[in-house]
Amino acid sequence: MPDLLLELFSEEIPARMQGRAAADLKKLVTDGLVAEGLTYAHAEAFATPRRLALAISGLLKETPARREERKGPRVDAPEKALEGFLRSTGLTKEQLEVRADKKGETYFAVIERPGRPASEVIAEVVQGVIANFPWPRSMRWGAGNLRWVRPLHSILCILSEEGQEPEVVTFDVTGIVSGATTQGHRFMSPGTITVRDHDDYVDKLEAAHVILDPAARADRIVHDAEQIAFARGLELVEDKGLLAEVAGLVEWPVVLAGKIEDRFLGLPPEVLQTSMKEHQKFFSLRNPASERIEGFVTVANIVAPDGGETILAGNQRVLAARLSDAAFFWENDRRKSLEEMAAPLAEVTFHNKLGTQGERIARIAALAREIAPMVGADPDMAEQAAKVAKADLASEMVYEFPELQGVMGRYYAMEAGLPQPVADACRDHYAPLGPSDDVPTEPVSVAVSLADKIDMLTGFWAIDEKPTGSKDPFALRRAALGIVRLILENSIRCDLNSLFQLSFVHRLEQFPEVFNVFVYDGDEPSDQLVLTAFGEHSPVDPGKDYFLLFESPRNLYLGDDEMAFLNGEPKPFKLPKPADLAYDLMTFINDRIRVHLRDRGFGFDIINAVTYLGGQDDLALRTQRVEALQKFIDSEDGANLLTAYKRAANILTAEEKKDGVEYSYPPDAKFAREDAEKALFAALDAAEPEIDRALGAEDFGAAMTAMAGLRGPVDKFFDDVTVNDENAIVRRNRLCLLNRIREAMHKVAIFSAVEGG
Amino acid sequence: MAETSAPRSFQEVILRLQTYWAEKGCAILQPYDMEVGAGTFHPATTLRSLGSRPWTAAYVQPSRRPTDGRYGENPNRLQHYYQYQVIIKPSPPDLQDLYLGSLEAIGIDMALHDIRFVEDDWESPTLGAAGLGWEVWCDGMEVSQFTYFQQVAGHDCRPVSGELTYGLERLAMYVLGIEHVMDMPFNDPAAPIPLTYGDVFRQTEREYSRFNFDQADTEILLRHFDDAERECASILAAEAVDPKMGEANVMAHPAYDQCIKASHVFNLLDARGVISVTERQAYIGRVRALAKMCADAFLSTEAGGGMEEGAA
Repeated sequence: MPDLLLELFSEEIPARMQGRAAADLKKLVTDGLVAEGLTYAHAEAFATPRRLALAISGLLKETPARREERKGPRVDAPEKALEGFLRSTGLTKEQLEVRADKKGETYFAVIERPGRPASEVIAEVVQGVIANFPWPRSMRWGAGNLRWVRPLHSILCILSEEGQEPEVVTFDVTGIVSGATTQGHRFMSPGTITVRDHDDYVDKLEAAHVILDPAARADRIVHDAEQIAFARGLELVEDKGLLAEVAGLVEWPVVLAGKIEDRFLGLPPEVLQTSMKEHQKFFSLRNPASERIEGFVTVANIVAPDGGETILAGNQRVLAARLSDAAFFWENDRRKSLEEMAAPLAEVTFHNKLGTQGERIARIAALAREIAPMVGADPDMAEQAAKVAKADLASEMVYEFPELQGVMGRYYAMEAGLPQPVADACRDHYAPLGPSDDVPTEPVSVAVSLADKIDMLTGFWAIDEKPTGSKDPFALRRAALGIVRLILENSIRCDLNSLFQLSFVHRLEQFPEVFNVFVYDGDEPSDQLVLTAFGEHSPVDPGKDYFLLFESPRNLYLGDDEMAFLNGEPKPFKLPKPADLAYDLMTFINDRIRVHLRDRGFGFDIINAVTYLGGQDDLALRTQRVEALQKFIDSEDGANLLTAYKRAANILTAEEKKDGVEYSYPPDAKFAREDAEKALFAALDAAEPEIDRALGAEDFGAAMTAMAGLRGPVDKFFDDVTVNDENAIVRRNRLCLLNRIREAMHKVAIFSAVEGG
Repeated sequence: MAETSAPRSFQEVILRLQTYWAEKGCAILQPYDMEVGAGTFHPATTLRSLGSRPWTAAYVQPSRRPTDGRYGENPNRLQHYYQYQVIIKPSPPDLQDLYLGSLEAIGIDMALHDIRFVEDDWESPTLGAAGLGWEVWCDGMEVSQFTYFQQVAGHDCRPVSGELTYGLERLAMYVLGIEHVMDMPFNDPAAPIPLTYGDVFRQTEREYSRFNFDQADTEILLRHFDDAERECASILAAEAVDPKMGEANVMAHPAYDQCIKASHVFNLLDARGVISVTERQAYIGRVRALAKMCADAFLSTEAGGGMEEGAA
């Protein structure tokens, strides 16, 4: 069984693309070979800055011969049909077989495809893969037309087999002819290497100062960095992303360590770490005693005769220049109060239809104040935190290092002597950023985080920029999931729908500063516009229509094309009703919570049975009800009662349809004849107030227990009583009794949505 | 190799680069006689990277970035500095090796230093240009920009030019081991009258920093921008056939001068802080539109390959 070794040797491949490219190379080549019938035992791909390599072992020597039969037109079919068939099979009429079947005689083509040697198939597949390689960005060079990530210089492609001379798989890609040679390290081992097979390749590369396997390079970096850190009494700060990148920047990693000058040690560790990582791809070394970042590790690509002294000195120099900049930002930023720092945000556009950052911050502050009591935060503090939480976006440091947003805000707030919860909110109000990111728990952070995310959603809902399909440029799904997690994980009791409405209202209330906002007198727009100035209708009524009258050049809420004028006069533009927008937004939240709860192990049907009750805008309560319902349905009583419910519901539906009436009147106990019937009345009389009481007390477990008490009487009723009695009054009363069961249960959940039963 | 000894002055670094690239066959051009933000703006790069004709040139280009002015105080930042620019079309297959050879020529020993090609895709929204390549690091410091042009002024580059840009002050400071740019020997320190970079440029950095940030008359500048834009369009709107000569004579280069002017005026306005974020995009778009018009015109000229048979 031969093995294949393929190497595509180019100028430096961006580190971030190497891993994906190696995986793509493996998949595309092996898929291509297998599609041609050339199966293999094992395949592995590698990348270095200058090469992509693929080793496939246990390949077939040739593709299996194939016999293919294709049914053609009938012999008496029109000539055209036969011509088409001949064209598609590449055969002549004489080569076709004629076979008889029930309907008559039909042409058959029997195509014998002999096996093809592996090298032929490989050459074909590899050329195709190179020509269509899925680089995130590719380029042309020189006068050629080939596209690759950077200029492609040579291709090594060898088939080798134990005890035999290796065979070069020869092909030509726009003038680059494949061969058996490659090159080693650019500086340490210049010159050509001739390779026999995979093992020989790995060995010769290693001798030529190239470690082929990125994982091996990463291991060496970590090992050497830990050693060197340990020797200095420091520890390496782990950074997997940086490690992968650095391993993609070198073929022969050489770890060098340096010290951060004392004058920079006062900078926040995040600043040191970020500056070193972003600008220079340095690892940080931490002093375990002081927790400070005191050193760095840089990874060179060369073993220098001076032990790396020159390289280290150069790096140290660049670091000093960079950290001087950072120290300069740190000093400048701290000279301002956070309010001063935030001032320019009043002029920064958040989104061209949604006004400035300053306006957004004002809304978040107002909303955070309202939310504060619900989360146990001090309203003044929540408002204060919201007002300063985004100030650092205007700081010099965050301008330079956007990834330090929030982190710097916290430091600046602490430096300014603001209360710790306010400082923490600067950092933590962005969280949670992903489904596995920690959710803030400190009440002030929670209030600001919720307000921030709610404002984000209501803003984009107001301008109808909702996520569609895979498009979610403003990460609104993430914001919505953040809201869900903040509420559930902190067990916050709030009516989310009302908070959305409030946020929309805040938005409207901001408008008078920018626009003339009017409200119609009367419900329907009429030809005669009767407009009343906004201020006279305070507070804003979420159920009313509001209109913008454009007189200002500022273009909030609408794109230029939508600026509407009527006969040269500004035309009032109807704004969506806050209540309608909030309702629509709740359905978006419902989708997020469905997924979130399903991931926590609840059935979609259970979640729906609760959601369909409507008005479940308190997410914490909704979740408690889902939990109780799931537990109930999983119990024997629950499963049985569900069966009885479905039986009752089926009978009702069928009879209501047949009779064309709804049996929704309260049944009367005086028409009950059978014992089981009377017992059911009694059971309902007992259960209903208990269910109401339990629901009122938000004790869903007790409501389920009360409902479970119905199981016996309902079962007995169905065993002993015939609903469709001959007596019309008795029958109607029994149907109304079934309805009473249904309604009693619908207080708890819409059981028709629950599967099974 | 005698040349791998360390150079002793800023000008020696430049002279060695000139000699090296001359030996490699480049036409050694002189700086363009207009205010530009980078060597790329020189028509020897912008226009000559267009079209199918082979081209090879190297030159020093004084470059101005008004917002980077620091009154001569900052060790690394200048509003006026020098770039060394190499442009070869089509990009030769050994361009990386040629480039590394130029570093050796200025005294960088490849055995002692850590040279790295780090991904950096280049884009110039004002020129409507984009390319793929790297920033080249020497011991963690960016010393050059290495780009394969893919598009210039909205046109796909066929063939592709290879462009090398060296930030001369930074590179020379590193090679000479200087911490503050103003301390760098400009000529040989052993010369009868030794001059530092500061002797040559401290005065101008101070003056231009004040002018750029506080004094440049924005009303006049705004007018200059409009004028340049109008002049560019009107030059290109002229009849292709020169009535005096009786043959085609499209004035792509004079028009492109106006594009350069507009670009520099925009940079000055930016430094004066009178351009808002939204306006910024609009101004950049206007310069790009001029660059595109000039490129279209150049491609119709003889030097642009437009008079060749079969040219569109």
